[in-house]
Amino acid sequence: MALAAMFMMVPSPFGAVDYRAGAPMILLTLFALGILCVDLFLPASRKQYSAAPALLGLFAAGLATHEIQRVLPANGDALRGFFGIILVDPLAVYFFYLFLVGAALSILISVKYLEIERENHGEFYALLLACVVGMMCMAAGNDLVMLFIGLELMALSSYILVGFLRGNKRSNEAALKYLLLGAFSSAILAYGLSLFYGVSGTTNLAVLCDALTQRMEANPHDPIVLLAMLGVLAGMLFKIAAVPFHMWAPDVYEGAPTSVTGFMSVSVKAAGWAMMLRVLLFGLAPLRALYVPTLVFVALATLLVGNLAAITQHNLKRLLAYSSISHVGYMLLGLVASDGVTSRTGIKGILFYLLAYTFMNLGAFTVLTSLRRRNIAGDDIEDIAGLMQKAPMEAICMLIFLLSLAGIPPFAGFYGKYFIFLSLIETGHYALATVAVLFSVVGLYYYLRIANAMFVRTPATSEPVTVAAGVNLALIFSAAATIVIGLLPNIFIRAVDWSVSVLGPSVAQLR
Amino acid sequence: MWGFRALRARAGHTAGVPYAMPQNYIPIFVFLLVAFAVAAGTLLVATIVRPRNPEKVKGMAYECGIEVQEGSRKRYTVRFYIVAILFVIFDVETIFLFPWAVQFKQLGAYGFVEMIVFLGILVLGYLWVWKKGALEWI
Repeated sequence: MALAAMFMMVPSPFGAVDYRAGAPMILLTLFALGILCVDLFLPASRKQYSAAPALLGLFAAGLATHEIQRVLPANGDALRGFFGIILVDPLAVYFFYLFLVGAALSILISVKYLEIERENHGEFYALLLACVVGMMCMAAGNDLVMLFIGLELMALSSYILVGFLRGNKRSNEAALKYLLLGAFSSAILAYGLSLFYGVSGTTNLAVLCDALTQRMEANPHDPIVLLAMLGVLAGMLFKIAAVPFHMWAPDVYEGAPTSVTGFMSVSVKAAGWAMMLRVLLFGLAPLRALYVPTLVFVALATLLVGNLAAITQHNLKRLLAYSSISHVGYMLLGLVASDGVTSRTGIKGILFYLLAYTFMNLGAFTVLTSLRRRNIAGDDIEDIAGLMQKAPMEAICMLIFLLSLAGIPPFAGFYGKYFIFLSLIETGHYALATVAVLFSVVGLYYYLRIANAMFVRTPATSEPVTVAAGVNLALIFSAAATIVIGLLPNIFIRAVDWSVSVLGPSVAQLR
Repeated sequence: MWGFRALRARAGHTAGVPYAMPQNYIPIFVFLLVAFAVAAGTLLVATIVRPRNPEKVKGMAYECGIEVQEGSRKRYTVRFYIVAILFVIFDVETIFLFPWAVQFKQLGAYGFVEMIVFLGILVLGYLWVWKKGALEWI
């Protein structure tokens, strides 16, 4: 309160718009700090209580995001804040909701899991919230420095979350690998960003776009711009785990606590995509002719490696890691097809895909989380064998998630793939569309292998599967969302349409 | 001067003209060249002019502590790392304090409040570290 009074008294260069645009991030930061302080005074047996303020913080941030969404139409569909370094437009608002839901579900499944692992600490929830703040900066950043800081905040928090099982060798190894590779990729990204600053003299994405347009007119194959673009692409493709920057994903996904793996495969990836879309469609729009061939190569390589490597996996977390790599391949094809100005279907597809993916993939990881029991790691395909006999509800939910991941019609995942393939056909990329459809058939095989283990095989151990209340809630919510999005896609298509509405006019205006 | 209004104007969409960046770097390159030339030149001259008769006593450590006993690639306690990391964190803090101190007048009361918020968060971290016992050498 005293702090707020001080803010009132001094002449501030920032107004209500700035604070409104930054409100979700500011709220989450305050909650994260609050959780850290409260955790110091909680007795060791009550550390899981920190989950409640974390969920409350996410809810408060959700309300703040809703408030932004409410005032957006009156502000020309974008709130610019803090000298224009953050730009909260419908695209950012869409991603904000996605991050908040992903984080909330992850918290629900973490409580019991951390208790079993005996690593119940309040810092887990504080770090998760800090991670979400970083993601929001990536989704709303309109400035190279802001985007980079957001990326680093997210990355640093997730390095620690990956290594949260301190007594577990695999968790430590995963964290170290992720830290080293992540630091390299960040360095390459920062190098690319600095070159862009060098050629344009600005860090603002809109101004950068103008400067690059001029430069491209002078020399369409400018080597410095090409180098900068490759650096930035490498950094961002690393974060979404696209081939050839995917090596870390299987090891890190396997070693990390299962609930963190779920969070990383969904929200961290969505944040990487938010930054990709922001940078490639807004700042680097004039370089489209240069980056599309790169993306075609990366997308095909990602589909190939992701799908083929997933076939032979025995560890479910590794299998889902490769499957999540292959999903990135489909999404990249959406970016190849659509530039956001002449065609928006691909971008729509990416956004819809990320929405469906949040629920179906996190749902699958929710089931894996509940398989973790005393003395049973619960991440091998043997552990899920005969799940139908032990926990029929879980098995059926898992089947829904697997079918949705494979892209079978009545479920959410189908529409994600549908829009991607549609965008490819609309823009005349028939060969790419054919390849993508063929690879999704390969996907069906390894997803149904898990289903086969669950329904046909007999259980390997007699240890019962008990589902904690939080896990159950997350499971039912994810399954319901996967079905509802699949059955009533119109509501969600409208939301996606609203968020891509920002693309066409404003990007074209900059040209 | 370099006030908030100027910053606001820079952030706007009107300032689309790229700066003439490379020219500004020419003095720095000249400076670098001179620096390298001086260093390399001195070493070169010294190598040519100086007498050369190496012996064992000359190669010994001279007033720089005791003779090295064993290799440095040994395991040592993790507490050193914690102290080192804490040092880095609070050392970086001063890097942020410095430009604020230089621009104190221009940034005014608002800058002061911002800095208090920044320091407040850091102090919170400091208290957390303290309560966790990371500052104690058991």
